[in-house]
Parts: sequence; structure tokens; C-alpha cells
Amino acid sequence: MTTKTRGRQRVNSIGLEFADYKGQPTTLCQGCGHNSIANQIIQVAFELNLRPHEIIKLSGIGCSSKSPAYFLGMSHGFNALHGRMPSIGTGALMANHHLKAIGVSGDGDTGSIGMGQFKHICRRNVRMVYIVENNGVYGLTKGQFSATADEDQTLKYAGTNEFPPVDICQEAIIAGCGFVARSFSGDPKQVRELLKAALSHRGTAVLDIISPCVAFNNEDTSTKSYGYGRKYEEPLHDIGYVPQRDEIMIDDYAPGEMKVVQLHDGSLIQLRKLDMNYDPSSRREALTRLEKAASREEFVTGLIYFNPDRPNLAEISNIVDTPLAHLSDEQLRPGPDKLQKVLDRFL
Amino acid sequence: MAIMEPAIRPMPAEPAGDEAVVNDFAFVVATANGTGSQTANLTLLRALFKMGIPVNGKNIFPSNIQGLPTWYHIRVSHEGYVARRETAEVLLAFNEATVFNDIRDLPAGGVCLYNDDWRNVPEREDVTMYGIPVNQFLREVGAKGKFRDRYTNMIYVGAMAQLFGIELEAIDEALMYHFSGRRKIVDGNMKIINLAYDWVAENIEKTDKYRVERIENSPVTGQMLITGNEAAALGSLFGGVTVVAWYPITPSTSLVDAINGLIDLRQDPETGKNTCVVIQSEDELAAIGMLLGAGWAGARAMTATSGPGISLMAEFAGLGYFAEIPAVIWDIQRVGPSTGLPTRTSQGDVLFTYFLGHGDTKNVVLLPATVAECFEFGSTSFNLASELQTPVFVLSDLDLGMNTWMTPPFSYPEEPIKRGKVLTAEEVAEKGFARYKDVDQDGIGYRTLPGNTHPLAAYFTRGTGHDENAVYSERPDDWLENMDRIKRKFETARQIVPAPIVDYNPEASIGIIAYGTTLPAIEEARDRMAADGQKTSFMRLRSLPVNDAVRDFVSRHEWVYVIEMNRDGQMHSILSLEMPDFATKMISLAYLDGMPLTARWIVEAIEEKEQSR
Repeated sequence: MTTKTRGRQRVNSIGLEFADYKGQPTTLCQGCGHNSIANQIIQVAFELNLRPHEIIKLSGIGCSSKSPAYFLGMSHGFNALHGRMPSIGTGALMANHHLKAIGVSGDGDTGSIGMGQFKHICRRNVRMVYIVENNGVYGLTKGQFSATADEDQTLKYAGTNEFPPVDICQEAIIAGCGFVARSFSGDPKQVRELLKAALSHRGTAVLDIISPCVAFNNEDTSTKSYGYGRKYEEPLHDIGYVPQRDEIMIDDYAPGEMKVVQLHDGSLIQLRKLDMNYDPSSRREALTRLEKAASREEFVTGLIYFNPDRPNLAEISNIVDTPLAHLSDEQLRPGPDKLQKVLDRFL
Repeated sequence: MAIMEPAIRPMPAEPAGDEAVVNDFAFVVATANGTGSQTANLTLLRALFKMGIPVNGKNIFPSNIQGLPTWYHIRVSHEGYVARRETAEVLLAFNEATVFNDIRDLPAGGVCLYNDDWRNVPEREDVTMYGIPVNQFLREVGAKGKFRDRYTNMIYVGAMAQLFGIELEAIDEALMYHFSGRRKIVDGNMKIINLAYDWVAENIEKTDKYRVERIENSPVTGQMLITGNEAAALGSLFGGVTVVAWYPITPSTSLVDAINGLIDLRQDPETGKNTCVVIQSEDELAAIGMLLGAGWAGARAMTATSGPGISLMAEFAGLGYFAEIPAVIWDIQRVGPSTGLPTRTSQGDVLFTYFLGHGDTKNVVLLPATVAECFEFGSTSFNLASELQTPVFVLSDLDLGMNTWMTPPFSYPEEPIKRGKVLTAEEVAEKGFARYKDVDQDGIGYRTLPGNTHPLAAYFTRGTGHDENAVYSERPDDWLENMDRIKRKFETARQIVPAPIVDYNPEASIGIIAYGTTLPAIEEARDRMAADGQKTSFMRLRSLPVNDAVRDFVSRHEWVYVIEMNRDGQMHSILSLEMPDFATKMISLAYLDGMPLTARWIVEAIEEKEQSR
């Protein structure tokens, strides 16, 4: 990564300091996994030399959805309604399909009230990084189970959860999403590499990041706790993101040890295989692996499914190159001759 | 059949006597849904129109795809009246299942064309009955399968033409329109029409008094026939719509269908790429969410929906109001509450849309009454939404949206494309930027769009409390200031929304206030009342919020009747809230049974009130 220093500050290759990518100070609990994820977003945006004005930050309602205020303060942000961030993102990216969107949601925002919009944004393949900060619990309303909570789990005030958990990754794959990953906020390196790859993906990229709630759901027995994550995280591979311009060095690994996949913008994902047999390009294998992990309560992380082939909504919509938000008056209103021609049809 | 009975039960015929009735009566075509009868209906309508006769066509249809009864009413009126009449004097009985009630419902002196092959057709001595041997024709032309229904329709058209004087050339022209100039198909249809036309001439003696006649130098020559939904689609495409997000719902669907049908207007001729995208969303919540996302990022975004969709949009409407995001929502009103009568018309969403959203919310509402206004508001709505940075609701209804109306050709929009207070990067550098600051004292802040390159251009849009820099705030003074400013913005809106149209009669002691598609019935009712010596003034509201012109109008009259198509007098309630000191001067005349209002109802309702005063 090419960074210089300006005074004592690090400066990236578009001349922005690390601090330029920060947001307001967080108001979330100390130790909340969401803060770590916000910090990784700042780090990644700085490292990738992203132009803040080209990014929009979107969220729904809940603890997770507050976090866009805490990163990329020079980017436009939209804190929408509970479960409705996908529709806001879809509209915004129709108005201006050159923008890059980072959406932050939670397990309540996505797995319950927003399940419909979540499935449909995946189906439409809107070009957005869709992060689910998944802690299995409602924080702002003080400790109710969410739809991703473990079955039979007992919490102090909420009692025992009798219902099976929603698996965000499975739902995404079934809905047609072409980039589905799971990670752990306690594994910042993996979160960063996945974020970078997701930002280069052509369509919707879902990152289901287990992000422990230190206030309500951090007992070691919970699959959404730091203790559990640290002990049981099972990465499918070591993941490395290589920007388009950097030279790739794959000679370090013996054949078969490294899988390289190309993203839409020409950048690459290197997957150094830990699970030698896992193939993230197979939808069936991805679902089988997730199903196996769910039944054994295994915490599998990494890029679970990847398919760069489906065009995104803006491509399908065949939009003119100029963003619709910036069309000229002439492009917005056809001439009088055009009106006359249409009216003749009704005479 | 219980579906329709009470609604179309006619009143006694209005014109009595034996003298010929020319160009002043109504046809009703009784048919079944999905039999292709709409081709015959529209052919008759357009043929009459081509003869220079003012017409209006209303489809009274069921919520059904195929098989249930449907009635198409065509009014011909040499005086140019286009309101619904309770009575249709001429019945085309296409539908054996409803023929009993259809004949029963004819006024004395009425006429019925029916299929002579049917058994048990009721007889009425005071109705002229013409039996047409439909099966004989079908055998003659060898019609099979689906063609039986289609040919039957054309047999009736031919018989009608002969009996009532509809010119074959006009029918030919109408068919050419309907089949987009495909001569061969038109010739096929004309063959059957001619067959029936000649047969009637030879075998039936006309004994009824109704006929039509070409009107030379007619005021409707050069006019078009179009539905309100088509006009709204066209208006929006010329108003600069860039994003349409919608969920199918009767009776709004044909608006978006029309946008899709005309989308070539908004394709780059060189690349074939689109300057307007249409997204069919998963529900109305997502539809309006997409509008707000798009409007926030600078698009001119719209949806078309109806009552149940508006209910679902309440949550986002409040966000749009509070976060101040432009969007245009066409509500083609149908009868509520709940699923209600999905294929019937109403003005039942006025109060709901005006206040849509929890907490203190008030919305800008446009009230088109004619197809020309549907076209006009296609541009006006986007300009107002952009200038006021707020969702704008356009309340059309099923009668206006789905029925076919005469109109002079629309003129090219005069008002330029307006984008409201949007700052460029240079302007941010020059003036600075605080999203919700009332710089101009009109309640409207300046906004920036995502993608603006100035480092200070970004802000955080939210539905939570915020200060003038859009930063989260729970401070009481911040809340108060912000809400007061938005209220000020609403006062600005009063001055720039479409003004009411007033026909003031200084000799009138009573005034009428109305809006939307009660217009044709009110025009006719006022003429009738004037003929009886009852002078009236008329103010037609074209938008909410109202301004001082309304107060002025009410103050000039002893009484003002507020006429509308809902149960509770919703506009009357709004006007009473706006002008509590005038509340007792305004009398609500509200009625809703799903059918468009008639002049007769208005005349009688006003008479009754006047007598009891």
C-alpha cells in the first residue's frame, strides 16, 4: 500500500489523511463489535484511496444502523427506516449509478422487519456492500431475541428462544446474491480483506459479520459472543485482496493451494486454501457447507459464495452514462415535435 | 349479480314525449369481462366522436379477469356534458346472465338490442325490443372458438350503426385507430359489421326515438380521446421523471403501463439507453423507499398507487416530510376503507394523504379534475416536490384515470424544469452549507446531492431529530426550530401550489367548492340550476394547502356547499380546520356509492338543503 506521510499524518495516494475518513465519535457501547467494523471501513477506504464524495452510507434502524455516523464523515449518509435501507439504496443508485454504496444493517433490521427488502435487493443485484452486524439480540430496546438468535438460548430478561435462527448467508444465496461472506468483528484482518473485495463486486455483496453485543449477548455459550468467536472461528481460507493496479504474486504458493478469482473491476481475490476442498463458486456447495455448519454450530468464515456473472440493476436498466440526477433539461423533457407526434396517436 | 344491482339501478327517464331525441342520451353495453367487448365499446365511442358528437365513456367493471358482468356507458350530449347520467336509454344486451335485470332497469321508452337466440328474454311493453339473430350470422361467417365472442361484438356494432345512425365511415376510422392501421384486420371486422348493418335495414323497422347525427363544425373536432392515466404518464415523461418505482394495483396500473408504452420518448436516440427507469418493486413500502432514495440523490422520482398502497406508504411519507426529500406519489383513488371496491371511484384519500405520517405532518396535495390537468401536473408535481423538498401527492381517481375523456390536445409545458435549491461544489465553497438552515426565510433549506465534490457538501439524512447542520439532536430548541421552519415551508407552499379556478357570480348567494372529477357533474348541475333561476358561484380547488383565495370566496357568499365523493366530507373537514371562523358557512354535500357523481344528485341535494334553510 502506497502511503506517504504529511507531518505526522499518514496520507494516501489521493492526498487524504487517515482522519479524513473518520466520522463522529461513536455513541455505541465500549467494546461493541460494531465499532470495530466501523474502524475497518475507515481503514479500508483510506487504503483503497476511495474518494469520500463517491460513496454513500446507508442504514436502517438499530445499534448497527447508527454506525454510518461514525465513519466517512465526508460522504453523504442516509439513516433510513427500520428494515427499509435496501429500497433507499436501490433508489439512490438508480439516481446516480456511479456512486458506491455501503449499507450497514443489523440482524433485527435485516432478519426480521427488513427480510423482504433484503431478499429483493439481492434478487435485483443492486451494487451495494450490505453489511449485517449480527449479534443475535435487540440492543436499543434492551435485550430481546432477534431472528438470528440461537435456538434454545436463554437470556436474562428474554427467557428461552424457541425458534430456529435465520441464516443471513443462506438467505442471501437463495435470493440470488453473487457475493456472500461471513466474518467476525474480532478478526479485523479478514473483515478488511472481505470489505475490499466486496467494494469491487459488481452487484450486491452481503457481509454477515458476527459482531458481539457486550451489553446483552456476550456469554461464552452464545454463538454471537467474543469468547465463542475466538475459540471456534473456522476460516475457510486466508483471503487477500489485490487491487487492480498491483502486481500479483502467486508464486509463493504451491499449485492447488491458492485460488485466484477476478472481480468485476479487474481486481483479484486470492484465497489461500485452508479447507482444500471448498469451492466458493458453487452455489450448491456453499449452501451445503452452511447447512452443515448450522447443524453443528460451526463458525465458518470467509468468502462463502462468489459469482461475478450476473449484471447489476443499473446494467439491466440500461441507464445512460450520465447519472439520472444530472441529466440536462433537454434530456429530461423531449421537444415539442415529440409531444405532437404522441398526441397524434390519440386523435 | 348482486355485485352491481344497487349501484346502477336507474332513476326514471328524464326526457319524456315521443319527439326524436338526437345526440342526447346514453348507451349501456352490458357484457361479460374478458370477451373482447372493450374493442366494440371503444369503437362505438370513437366512431361517435369522429362524427363530431361530444362523448364520454365509462367502464363499470368488476374486480375480475374473466366472466363477471361489465357495463360500458357511453353518453352522447350535443351540449357537451360528460358527467355520468343515472339513466341509459339504449341497452346493448350482450350478456345473457344479466339480461333480466338489464331490461328491468331500462327507463320507459327505452330500447334494447338483444340476441334473438336467447330464451327467456323478459318482455316490456314500454321498451322497444330489437332481436338480432346472432347465431345465424356466426354460422354464416363460420366463426369458431374465441372468434365467436369477437364477431358477436361486431354484429352488435353493425346493428347499432343501422338503428341509431352511426356512420360506417366513422366506424371504419375508429377501427383503424384501434387496430393501429392494420387494414386487413379492419376489413375483416367491417365485413361482419356490414352484414349486420344490411340485415337490420331489411328486417327491422325502427320504432324508437333515439338517434345520433353528425355535428358539422363541432367544437370537439380536433380534440383527442385519452384516459387520465395515459395523460399523467405523458405529463410525467415531459415533466422529467427519471425514476419510477411502483407496485401493481388497480386502478393505477395503467398509468405505469402507459409510461412503459411511451418510454421511447426517454431513450437516447444514439445509444438507445434510458433517461428514465421503471422498477416494479416488491411492495408499496419499497416503492416509496426507492423514490426517497432516488429523490435524495437528485432524481425526479414518482410512483402510482391507490388507497391500500397509500396506507403502506405512511411510514416513508413521514420520513420524506421530515427529512425533506422530493417525491411524487400519484394516488388513483378507489373506494376504501380496506380493499373496499377496487374497481370503483372515490375521493376518499384526501384527509389521509394531507396528513399522512405520524406526528405533526402535512403534505402538499394536487387535485387534477381533467385529463389536461393530469398532463399538466406531470410537470407541476416534480417542480413543486423539488422546490419544496417534500413528497407531493397527486390525487386522481378511477373515473378520471381509467375512463376515456375528450380533451383539446395538450400544449407543451410552459413551466421550465425546476430543480429547487441544490448547491454545486462551487456554491458550497462560496456560500457555505447548512442543510436545514432557513437562509431565505421561506422555510426551505439548501441541499447538496451525493457525489458533490466539496469536502463540506456531505450531510447525514435521518428521520431522527436534527439541528440545522443535520447533526443528531434531542435538544428541545433544535426540535422546535426545525418543526417551525418546516411549518413555514408549508406557508410558502400555499403561495406556489396551483391556485383554485373561480367562476364568481356576483348575483349568486350560494357558492360551490369542489375538486377533482365532480367537475363535469357540477358544471351540468350549475347550468340546470341557473335555468331554474338558482345562480351559483363555483370554486374548484386544484391543490392543498389552500390559500386566502378560498377564504375570500367563502366570505363573499351566504352559504358555500362543499361537494365531494366520500362519506364524511373530507375536504369540508380540512376547510373547516383551515378556516374555523367560517366552519358554519360551509355545508358538506358528500356522497359515495362507488359511481361517479351525477348532476341530478347535486341539483337535488342542493335543492333539499336550500328548502330546509
